Amino acid sequence: MKKLTEIRWHGRGGQGAKTASLLLADVAFSTGMYIQGFPEYGPERMGAPITAYNRLSDEPLRVHSNIYEPDFVAVVDETLLESVDVTAGLKPEGAIIINTKKDPKELLPLLKGYKGKIYTIDAAKVSLECIGKNIPNTPMLAAVVHASKVMDEKLFLENMRASFKHKFATKPEVVEGNMKALSMALEEVKVYEG
Amino acid sequence: MAINERLSGNEAVSFAIKQINPDVVAAYPITPSTEIPQFISQYIANGEMTTVYVPVESEHSSMSACIGSEAAGARSMTATSSCGLAYMFEMLYIAASNRLPITMAVVNRALSGPININNDHSDSMGARDAGWLQIYAENAQEAYDNFIQCVRIGEHKDVKLPVMACQDGFITSHAVERLELIETDKVKAFVGEYKPEKYLLNPDEILAVGPYDTPQYYMEHKKAQTEAMKNARKAIKEIAKEFEAMTGRKYDMLEEYRMDDAEYAVIIIGSSAGAGKEAVDELRNAGVKAGLIKVRVFRPFPDEELVAALKKVKGVAIMDKTDSFSAAGGPLGAEVKAAIYGKVDGITAANYIYGLGGRDVRVEHIKQVFEEIAELVKTGKAPETYKYLAIRE
Amino acid sequence: MKDNLMKNINPETKWQDLTPGGNIYASGNSAEFKTGDWRTVTPKFIEEKCKQCLLCVPVCPDCAIPVVDGKRLDFDLDHCKGCGICAKVCPFDAIEFVKEGE
Repeated sequence: MKKLTEIRWHGRGGQGAKTASLLLADVAFSTGMYIQGFPEYGPERMGAPITAYNRLSDEPLRVHSNIYEPDFVAVVDETLLESVDVTAGLKPEGAIIINTKKDPKELLPLLKGYKGKIYTIDAAKVSLECIGKNIPNTPMLAAVVHASKVMDEKLFLENMRASFKHKFATKPEVVEGNMKALSMALEEVKVYEG
Repeated sequence: MAINERLSGNEAVSFAIKQINPDVVAAYPITPSTEIPQFISQYIANGEMTTVYVPVESEHSSMSACIGSEAAGARSMTATSSCGLAYMFEMLYIAASNRLPITMAVVNRALSGPININNDHSDSMGARDAGWLQIYAENAQEAYDNFIQCVRIGEHKDVKLPVMACQDGFITSHAVERLELIETDKVKAFVGEYKPEKYLLNPDEILAVGPYDTPQYYMEHKKAQTEAMKNARKAIKEIAKEFEAMTGRKYDMLEEYRMDDAEYAVIIIGSSAGAGKEAVDELRNAGVKAGLIKVRVFRPFPDEELVAALKKVKGVAIMDKTDSFSAAGGPLGAEVKAAIYGKVDGITAANYIYGLGGRDVRVEHIKQVFEEIAELVKTGKAPETYKYLAIRE
Repeated sequence: MKDNLMKNINPETKWQDLTPGGNIYASGNSAEFKTGDWRTVTPKFIEEKCKQCLLCVPVCPDCAIPVVDGKRLDFDLDHCKGCGICAKVCPFDAIEFVKEGE
């Protein structure tokens, strides 16, 4: 495993990109890593583009600045591709993970000449099918783990089950749906090798 | 066994307060001040704490309530941020001069305007002369550890002063990080029970707190207050030693990072020290003798420690996350220069204002600072009195 | 020692010997602070005119009219500031004010 993995999340206020970054930090922590999960704070408005970050490492973390040259970029809302320079600073050996119905290749024209790997996941479809609601967080989280390989997928699923059980202690019936969404996302994520 | 956890800085401090279970927390939940009063009130509502929570209508009142309850003999705490701290200004002085060891979590954010909610040190630096101790944290771990120590330091019999336990707004307060928590029974044993010598609710002794002080007495009371602040230095070190014995984590007035043979140094407070250490490592790998001094305790000021740390340094950059608008630099810059005047020979000292209103501080920025001071030392040029770092101009 | 500290504190007391924050370890001790020298006019108690109605007693801001066994005595000049309120309320002209030293 690489010493330090840096991930930048792009979403819109209210979509849960911040929550996704915190969930990723949480599950990485439970596998024994050092973690940071933090949003960039500003006026908090529904729909406004927001950014959140993760640093994940086997060693203690000390830099607290934002991330300018991420290893991975996760885009929770594909409409941001038009308005936000999501690949800014993205390392060519890294990857971008996008929530979309489209094939990775179709998005190339929107990625400003980016030449690295593109992963796509139809997070809306997965979450509607498994959870019954459009909650793109859960499938996106799985897709990011798959693409970034920050942790073993089996270990990821085990830890997420424990975390969902804790999080949904008062409504255990939703745990299975969320777990199904993770597994399905791990399988359905598509990749364009660039 | 220590407990590994992942918490935000606000959660970490709230957890420390829960473990300490003080008698009183009086707070006003301004948004987005700190989530700390919110977490505390949840703990209390869930029956996890027996603390009396006093919701008040303003920060002036939250500090007043803390003053009243602390004088009554109750261990009292509060939390605030930015304009909330500014609104307490009058009462901060009362708490300090009445020698009431209130512990306050401060989440450092800019004082508007222009309107801004993000991190810098203008709030607590504005209150630097209020007579409170100020201890600053670099990350969630330190925010947690400092808060627990602050309770002991303020209540120390030779100190009896209120303490601000500061951390950087959003950067550490809202970032989730991995940290080690201490078992609750150990925290409780470490802080012990609050046993003030004199307190208002003692039925056996008469006491009046906060009387008018005539010019014949005022200066003597201030002298006693300043002596208590001097005593705090010893108390901080003693308590840090005890804390280290319990946790293995070392604290002091300053943290020196790779300073042993450093020719160039940066002096910094708070979360940006992390980027500073990264810059030092990168420069060291490139053969530059760089080092960093993190000021953990700003009040009392670590003057002797700074002099000792800077003895062999050729050039130093003093980083202020606030402008004092003296038109001569920031508060840390002024105080460091005053501390080393006549005690450290031939050093080039430059003062930078950086990171205001949430401006991100990157490793590259600190490396730039090192380059600039190295250049000044090399050319023998005098530095500008102070300058803004990475400003568009 | 602390219990007596109030009495020992005076304008010569060193900072080390003052109480923290000027706190006072006593109560009802304003009697120790003499305000009589603030006075420019002095009350005269004309006992023969006094009917012991005691209207003067509660209006005195300095508790400078002592009452013993339900009867008022002459003024406590250590504390009377000479405000004259007692003379105003007296229905029997039993209180007069004269210039200090006359």
